[in-house]
Amino acid sequence: MGETVQKPTVPEQAGPPAAESTAVTREPLLEVDHVTLRFGGVVALNDVNFTLYKGEILGLIGPNGAGKTTCFNAMTGIYQPSEGEIRFRGERITGKKKHQITKMGMARTFQNIRLFPEMTALENIQVGADAHHKTSVISALFRLPRHRREERDGLEKAERLLDFVGISGRMHDAARNLSYGEQRRLEIARALATDPVLLCLDEPAAGFNPAEKEELLQLIRRIRDQGVTVLLIEHDMRLVMGVTDRIVVLEFGKKIAEGLPAEVREDHRVIAAYLGVPDDDVA
Amino acid sequence: MTSVREWFDSGRHAVSERWHNGPRWMRWALIAAVIVFFYALPNREFYQWLGPIPTTGSNFGHVLFTVSIYVLLAVGLNIVVGFAGLLDLGYFGFFAVGAYTVAVFTSPSSDLKTLWPWMLALPLAIALTMLSGVMLGTPTLRLRGDYLAIVTLGFAEMIRVAATSSEFLKGQRGFNQIPHPPGSYPDGKPIFGVLDPRPYYWLVLTLIILVVIGVQNLNRSRVGRAWIAIREDEDAAQLMGVPTFKFKLWAFASGAAIGGLAGALFAGKQNFVSSQNLELLNSIIILAAVILGGSGNIVGAIVGGGLVAYLIERFRGIEFFGIELYEYRFMLFGLVLVVMMIFRPQGLVANRRRAAEFKDRRKEVIVGG
Repeated sequence: MGETVQKPTVPEQAGPPAAESTAVTREPLLEVDHVTLRFGGVVALNDVNFTLYKGEILGLIGPNGAGKTTCFNAMTGIYQPSEGEIRFRGERITGKKKHQITKMGMARTFQNIRLFPEMTALENIQVGADAHHKTSVISALFRLPRHRREERDGLEKAERLLDFVGISGRMHDAARNLSYGEQRRLEIARALATDPVLLCLDEPAAGFNPAEKEELLQLIRRIRDQGVTVLLIEHDMRLVMGVTDRIVVLEFGKKIAEGLPAEVREDHRVIAAYLGVPDDDVA
Repeated sequence: MTSVREWFDSGRHAVSERWHNGPRWMRWALIAAVIVFFYALPNREFYQWLGPIPTTGSNFGHVLFTVSIYVLLAVGLNIVVGFAGLLDLGYFGFFAVGAYTVAVFTSPSSDLKTLWPWMLALPLAIALTMLSGVMLGTPTLRLRGDYLAIVTLGFAEMIRVAATSSEFLKGQRGFNQIPHPPGSYPDGKPIFGVLDPRPYYWLVLTLIILVVIGVQNLNRSRVGRAWIAIREDEDAAQLMGVPTFKFKLWAFASGAAIGGLAGALFAGKQNFVSSQNLELLNSIIILAAVILGGSGNIVGAIVGGGLVAYLIERFRGIEFFGIELYEYRFMLFGLVLVVMMIFRPQGLVANRRRAAEFKDRRKEVIVGG
């Protein structure tokens, strides 16, 4: 996990250097292998199958209720697939605990922001940074040197990340007092603090105006340039087309298309799903 | 009514401003002064100047010892309820495990006849209460909210029933001649005797200070952060890599250990432990003390534990129009609780975070209802 967010000390310029530093490999990072998820009689995911490669930004799109967030929840261990399995870095993660999956290098944000509201922005990120800390109760009780070192490292990392997402001015404010946009950024910073290899963003631009969306786009590119693979759920087609390397489209829990943004945009099933063409015309 | 509250609030704000913005040495000096005050308190030469504060109905030194035990228990329970947000209704059960462990291993009336000195039984008592905390927590901490409250309530009752009816635990006859803590004055008299309660009080006071330092260290570390994160959003905490079950269990176990310590100290002073010491009411009183003082705040827990235990004793021997006030102590206590919950649900010395959480919850209730 060496190539993760270790050194975002230099605040990068606004210019997006994304295109040339793209290092998409053919090395699979996450494999969603024919996953079906049922809740009683409802099939939330139906034989969903896609692979995420190291270094890319993959967009996961689809109309409301298509199963995008459900797919995230299955990946991060909240739901267990009824059939199929999910492999992360070659290892089967079905049945693993949520915090273990996080430790393996998968981090996420939430569609409806779920920060720790009464903790400060800094503390929120520190919780994320603690994911990889080894010392626990006994060394904290006696404030052993190793524990103090980890605390200091965590604090520095948290400050760095606040700076990275651009909200270092709100460091000591309770998360609930941050503006909506700042809260979304804080969620990303908290997820980055767990040193992820894969960052899953669940509609990070929801409720943003165009200027904020543009800033977010650049932030996502910068994150990828740090060597983090990004999986992005998004509604806004323009945003998705502008930043992703590849796109997977879900509708009614099924994958209906996969490919480069340009291809997906031309796909008649995707157009039908988004514009609502009657079923008989689609076939 | 509101004007009184405003006046009270503004005064409180001024105090807290001063406290947080004043120079560091001032804070330390104030803490040192408070500590010195409490060390001096049980001496007659000192407390005779304090007007109505010393109790009239019973020996002030004994009362102070009881109060200090309650403070220790409140500090321990505050970890579980205040920090980790786990509702524990049977905390006194851990006190019982601590007291009984000492009794069984040291008392001549025990069937074991090991007759250990108190000092040897103390670490065992703490270890066994911790173990009982882990045993109780392992299956139940996977549950949330109300279930945990019921199970812990059952645990305390189980201990009480076992102590009452088991032949091995001697029921109401109890264990006597439990040895005192070790140590003697230069002239050969034991420090911890029968007549003078002050050394016991000083011992507990010293231990409270040590425990508070330890708890504060935990609270300011990743452990404390994990507890707050769990309290505020358990699922999100887990998804951010917090091993929630492990930290809940640690909260439970460290709270239990402090309860066990209090029990062992109590047994060492009292010489005598029987099932009559184990009323359910005690668990409720400690929980009420933590909430009254301000759950989630160490100072709040200390104030709450001290105040509740002290006031209950203070009523002893006071007559009011021919009514013995002590008989009505719990009624008055209940009244105070109700008033507090209406006007200041976050407790006397509130934790900033918990106070905000209370407000949020209130809003949710209004929105939902």
